[in-house]
Amino acid sequence: MLTKRIIPCLDIKNGRTVKGVNFVNLRDAGDPVVLAKQYALNGADELVFLDISATQEARKTTRDMVLKIAEQVNIPFTVGGGISSVEDVDILLKNGADKISVNSSAIKRPELINELANKFGSQCVVVAIDAKQIDGKWKVHLAGGIIPTNLDLFVWAKEVEQRGAGEILFTSMDHDGTKNGFANEALSALSQELCIPIIASGGAGSKQHFVDAFKKGKADAALAASVFHFGDIPIIDLKQELKNNNIEVRL
Amino acid sequence: MKVVIIDYGAGNIKSVQFAFKRIGLDAALSKDSETIQQADKLVFPGVGEASSAMKKLKESQLDLIIPKLKQPVLGICLGMQLMCNETEEGNTIGLGIFDVSVKKFSNQLKVPQMGWNNVFDLKSELFSNLNDQEYMYLVHSYYVEQCEYEIASTNYGVNYASALQKDNFYGVQFHPEKSSVAGEKILKNFIEL
Repeated sequence: MLTKRIIPCLDIKNGRTVKGVNFVNLRDAGDPVVLAKQYALNGADELVFLDISATQEARKTTRDMVLKIAEQVNIPFTVGGGISSVEDVDILLKNGADKISVNSSAIKRPELINELANKFGSQCVVVAIDAKQIDGKWKVHLAGGIIPTNLDLFVWAKEVEQRGAGEILFTSMDHDGTKNGFANEALSALSQELCIPIIASGGAGSKQHFVDAFKKGKADAALAASVFHFGDIPIIDLKQELKNNNIEVRL
Repeated sequence: MKVVIIDYGAGNIKSVQFAFKRIGLDAALSKDSETIQQADKLVFPGVGEASSAMKKLKESQLDLIIPKLKQPVLGICLGMQLMCNETEEGNTIGLGIFDVSVKKFSNQLKVPQMGWNNVFDLKSELFSNLNDQEYMYLVHSYYVEQCEYEIASTNYGVNYASALQKDNFYGVQFHPEKSSVAGEKILKNFIEL
């Protein structure tokens, strides 16, 4: 059976990981390549690198980093952050990224999704959606969840699928950073309305939260950062717990 | 050992080259017919859409060369699908090495199938030292039905052929280059065929 995926997410700035990453026995915890290899070894199914560099110059460093990860890591990885054109994607894929993710640039110019799917195939196009509930309605937000738009989460998700996205990475801004669990109701609704895989993001604090994201939220994959980086939840333990709950995982 | 990865412009083939490098082998990228014909082992990768990939193969006349190769050839993902008779993707005629058709997954399923799924009923030296039910990474919307060439099966809505073999031609629907240690074993086995 197709397994549910566990995906650690690493924030990258100027070619280095940011936010403290607290792995034991690592000489350089700021080196994305070292961390990526460690995660691959510890049972991560995929990795996501989010480039939060502010300048074009810094993003060039990311390209070199992508190449090094592709050389040394034996599981798939996605690169997101600051991608706004076919050319940006072409460079990242040529450097060995398996998938790319777009967010604000797709909201500003939705045709970008069609262009990327047509040129590179849907399988490598992930559309990230940050959303938050305003007066009971899920509204899509821009710029890392700061700027609200009038777009409804479910309407936008459907459009993204029709334009050729291969996967949706849905982050609930209401849950992100809270460690209180994923947005399972919204996830479940997304999963039922769409025919492409949904990655849950935002809110992971315990192993049970992942169980819920898969059982209640019907997510295809779950992404988290700090609970993995700080070793709160070792991936192997998490997968064992999922298996104990009859959730299919790669162990 | 000269391993050549056929470089016809379809998708991210560096990943395959890097995977060989991780197991200690320098594989070359080439679309030159001489280089391809003289290689000891060939890898025929492919990511993307079938009809445009087939068009690229024809432009470099590789569609005529590949079916005549006598050394071991490993098709990966779309590469494997193009080695079949035809595919529903873009109604494309393939190379006809495997006398089977490639169909689209039922729309009752999430398509593409994306992620790790197990391979079972392993029937080839390509899978030496691999556990039955081993997990492999897959990303695809089209599949080959179970057939006489099948050397591995996977279940996604249906049991289907996730690897094929006929004579010197091998095809895998999954990505050994992205399938962790188990995938690297398959690439090693291929080199040792």
